[in-house]
Amino acid sequence: MTQLERRLFADRIWRLIATALAAMAIVLLAWILWTVVWRGASALSMSVFTMPTLPPGRGGGLANTIVGSLIQVVIGLAIATPVGLLAGTWLAEIGKGRLADAVRFVNDVLLSAPSILIGLFVYELLVKPFGGFSGLAGSIALAVLILPVVVRATEDMLRLVPGSLREAAFALGASRREVVVQVLWRAARAGIVTGILLAIARAAGETAPLLFTSLGNLGWSFDMTKPMASLPVAIYQYAASPFDEWVALAWAGALVITVGVLTLNILSRVVLAPRGKASK
Amino acid sequence: MTVDTTAALPPGTLAPRSLATSGHVDLADKPFRIALSAAALLVLVLLGAIVVLLFKGGLPALTTFGLGFFVSADWNPVTENYGAAVMLYGTLITSLIAMLLAFPASLGIALFLTEVAPVSLRRPIGTAIQLLAAVPSIIYGMWGFFVVAPLMASTVQPALTAIFGPIPLIGMLFSGAPAGTGILTAGLILALMIMPFITAMFVEIFTSVPPVLKEAAYGVGATTTEVFTAVTVPYGRTALVGAVMLGLGRALGETMAVTFVIGNANRIAASLYSPGASIASTIANEFPEAGPGSIKLNALLELGFSLFVISFLVLALARFLVRNRLEG
Repeated sequence: MTQLERRLFADRIWRLIATALAAMAIVLLAWILWTVVWRGASALSMSVFTMPTLPPGRGGGLANTIVGSLIQVVIGLAIATPVGLLAGTWLAEIGKGRLADAVRFVNDVLLSAPSILIGLFVYELLVKPFGGFSGLAGSIALAVLILPVVVRATEDMLRLVPGSLREAAFALGASRREVVVQVLWRAARAGIVTGILLAIARAAGETAPLLFTSLGNLGWSFDMTKPMASLPVAIYQYAASPFDEWVALAWAGALVITVGVLTLNILSRVVLAPRGKASK
Repeated sequence: MTVDTTAALPPGTLAPRSLATSGHVDLADKPFRIALSAAALLVLVLLGAIVVLLFKGGLPALTTFGLGFFVSADWNPVTENYGAAVMLYGTLITSLIAMLLAFPASLGIALFLTEVAPVSLRRPIGTAIQLLAAVPSIIYGMWGFFVVAPLMASTVQPALTAIFGPIPLIGMLFSGAPAGTGILTAGLILALMIMPFITAMFVEIFTSVPPVLKEAAYGVGATTTEVFTAVTVPYGRTALVGAVMLGLGRALGETMAVTFVIGNANRIAASLYSPGASIASTIANEFPEAGPGSIKLNALLELGFSLFVISFLVLALARFLVRNRLEG
């Protein structure tokens, strides 16, 4: 082999390795999804969505855990979104210098803080002093997880809004509030919604922070001051249980949560994609 | 990602009335600014509160056991003696395995996504790999426990023992009964979980390399992989290290997946097949048996505080490296 042939051969080998690694990642995704669909679908029935969790040997479903998860995610979202939107706007439009750098850095720390620590934090903040696990504590733990995602998405998206839009609005005599609310938020809407969808997907699948906050509940509960069931925690408890029917139910729950989370992820890409293309 | 500028002022909703009145003063402007600042301050206060509460919660454990807490391998609810050495070891070793596996894999996939794959396939394949990052960690845990661990016990671990077993020292790591769950399996699952995350950052770093540098290398006859190893990777190396450390930060605190597959045993053994415990898995497992006011709860909170400090340091360093390079 000449030197050139050797180099071209090495190039082909490395391309092959890179392709094989990418193929491996795709196979992995397919493998995980296949496992969840195959094991989940055989356990999936209407009763999963209509019956609450019951003691072993009596069947039952996951309805109360699904509703509990929805309630906690929605309340968490309701708490975190306005705060995150405002804080992200402050970072993009007003904050300058060291204080803004500090807020941005702290937000990054929150974004990557292990979620189990958020659970411990809310346990110390709310559960221990007020004497009990509660759905509200779970919602607040999820809010702490959602907040930094919304802050980051808002800031990033507002920075993409062209300065000329701001100048045009200010030139018309608009106040800062009018510029932000009526011009900037509208222009960045698609991106911010994407960020919120991703935050929901993240929060809905979280187990660790709920273990120490809303704990779980064997029956129906709509009282936010009482322990509340959630789908991930139920999956965790059932998957580790010695009862086959509970393990099967855990797989059914795993299927529900995976489909939900991946749908939100794909949806978030769809929300942004067509608009991105249109303005190019 | 671009912004749809036409959405800013749709036709029909031209200037709101107040915009037209000249020299008006918007009385809501000041409260609005205050609301923005308050929300930003809340972010600061939130992190401050997390640090203070975790530190305060763990303090009794620190005063009881002293700094010996971090080197003691004892975790005994009967004698109420608690030490963090096993969990610190388990956390660091599983994350180290994850990094060693995820770094080359991410590099290869990022090479594929930026240089090798046909342009029309890059987006769909990149999206599919990103979906891996979106799968909740409890799903990785179940898959790891019910699918990967049996496979490790029946096939992978015996094969590794056959290959590495006879080598002195390294053979120790791959000795012992192939149980399936344990340190190695936990590291492997963690690697799979952080791989898409690191890959995404690698792709971003590689695409930020100025095309003129790559074109110059192609111009003197370099092949695709030569450009990659001689230009692209060296150009982004600081940021690449930062990206791997951000992945490390994730692996350190990962809870549910690790709890399922690490085996949950309070001991340190040479073999990577042996069961262990990480900080996060211990907190998740032992918390139900730690009542309010118990020294065990304090010990768990101190573990949590240590995890926070470790991941904070890793993140701060990673951020410094990533920012420095990409902005410089």
